[in-house]
Amino acid sequence: MNGETPISIRNLSVYYGDLQVLRDVNLDIPARKITVIIGPSGCGKTTLLKSLNRLLDNAEGVRVRGQVVLDGENIYAPRTEVTRIRKKMGLLSQKPQVLPMSIYGNVAYGPSIHGLRSKKDLDQRVEHYLRVAGLWDEVKDRLREPASLLSVGQQQRLCLARGLAVEPEIILGDEPTSALDPQSSQNVERRLLELKQDYTVVVVTHILRQARRIADYLAFLYLGELVEHGPAADLFANPKDPRTRAYLTGEIS
Amino acid sequence: MRLLKDAFGRRVMGFVTLIPGLLVLLIVIGLFLKSKTILGVEPLSRLLFSSAWHPIKGQFGLLPFITGTVWVTVTALVLAVPVSILAAIYLSEYAPRWVREAAKPMVDLLAGLPSVVYGVWGVILVVPFVGNVLAPFAGVYSSGYSILAGGIVLAIMTFPTIIHVTLEVFSTVPQALRDASLSLGATKWETTRHVVLRKGAPGILAASVLGFSRAFGETMAVLMVVGNVPIVPRSLFDPGYPLPALIANNYGEMMSIPRYDAALMMAALVLMVIVLFFNVLARQILVRVERGVR
Repeated sequence: MNGETPISIRNLSVYYGDLQVLRDVNLDIPARKITVIIGPSGCGKTTLLKSLNRLLDNAEGVRVRGQVVLDGENIYAPRTEVTRIRKKMGLLSQKPQVLPMSIYGNVAYGPSIHGLRSKKDLDQRVEHYLRVAGLWDEVKDRLREPASLLSVGQQQRLCLARGLAVEPEIILGDEPTSALDPQSSQNVERRLLELKQDYTVVVVTHILRQARRIADYLAFLYLGELVEHGPAADLFANPKDPRTRAYLTGEIS
Repeated sequence: MRLLKDAFGRRVMGFVTLIPGLLVLLIVIGLFLKSKTILGVEPLSRLLFSSAWHPIKGQFGLLPFITGTVWVTVTALVLAVPVSILAAIYLSEYAPRWVREAAKPMVDLLAGLPSVVYGVWGVILVVPFVGNVLAPFAGVYSSGYSILAGGIVLAIMTFPTIIHVTLEVFSTVPQALRDASLSLGATKWETTRHVVLRKGAPGILAASVLGFSRAFGETMAVLMVVGNVPIVPRSLFDPGYPLPALIANNYGEMMSIPRYDAALMMAALVLMVIVLFFNVLARQILVRVERGVR
């Protein structure tokens, strides 16, 4: 399966009003690997991530130029059905965003809006993905309780289960551990490392040590420009661009 | 010296905060004392549940007015709440920014119009509309001065309040939460229905209660269009006579008839109790809903 690229970003530029946030980004994201996008705050990492499932559509005054090709299809083509694109990707946000419903309801929400009605199938789906997210044993006796009663770390794993339950191909993480304590962070990282067997993972982070721990492929974004990208080991050992080197050694942050 | 100021300031502010609470109590006590003369003569049950209103004969049955109040208010809310919520959903979730920015001040302006203006507008427009269009359509005769006209005018008066508060509620739902739902492939409507409305449910309820409270006590505009006939209304096209209208219409001339003033005080007390009751009820529901949603 090597060499497969489920997502190719082609000449992508994003503007917020007059401000250009991404400048002509080109990037191929490898399948079944963890791609980590690093860079200082405000460099456009989150924008890049959100452009992959068209969440930018909701923001006022945003313009996107260029293409994001997903499974051979440009998702910014005029007649693309955006719900179908988004179903292919699960999103983990900075702070876990549990929906205002029960633990069970959170996981069942995605599948049921996509037409899964049978109670038995839903039960199965919920249990399966709660297990994958490593949460089942902690919540199996309280599935009907409001999800907001869970700890923040549990909530983030619930969000992971919820994202996986619509059976996407890709997992997007927007600094998914930034609101978590060290132990919960480690737990989430471990899940991601397991999940790359079956999913393509794209994670945005500004924590270099986290990038070192989980990245297979690394992209460095600076002031909206994709400075350098490549296999993580190469990039860490041997950055070519002086800005990458400065960032990796901590001279700029 | 500074410590003294601090202690003094705290006392004063504490006292000032007490005032509204005391006021409610004082008003209730005052109304009760004033209406005592009639409570001494007539049993409470006859006052509340008799529909005979003949002040000259000394009969003061408040039932027509209580039912009138409830009918008009309920009609208004049935009309106003769904419309307001749909409008607020549109403005907060769907409308482009310029529409939202233009609509907000207009909604607020509506909320600030004096109620006499609504009354005049109701007499000119709503009353004939009910009398000449809606009533024949429903196959009944009505002068137009009716519960329905009162309800419509009142609905129009309450919905700016409900829209405004509901909009505020929706704006407190984080965009990231909407994104979470959208990123699962939910449509905008699914996201609104399952996430925004659910998250906002307690707030929407609070908004409706606020509208409710305003609707119960609204006097002028309703008085102008509702007909003011002291009967227990049987349909929306019948005229009615809500409590606030009763009090406002008769307060000046009550001195000529014995115990009239006490009866009106009693009416005010009843109105106050109804409003308090609904507020407490709504608060209870609110607490329960909040527990369910969280």
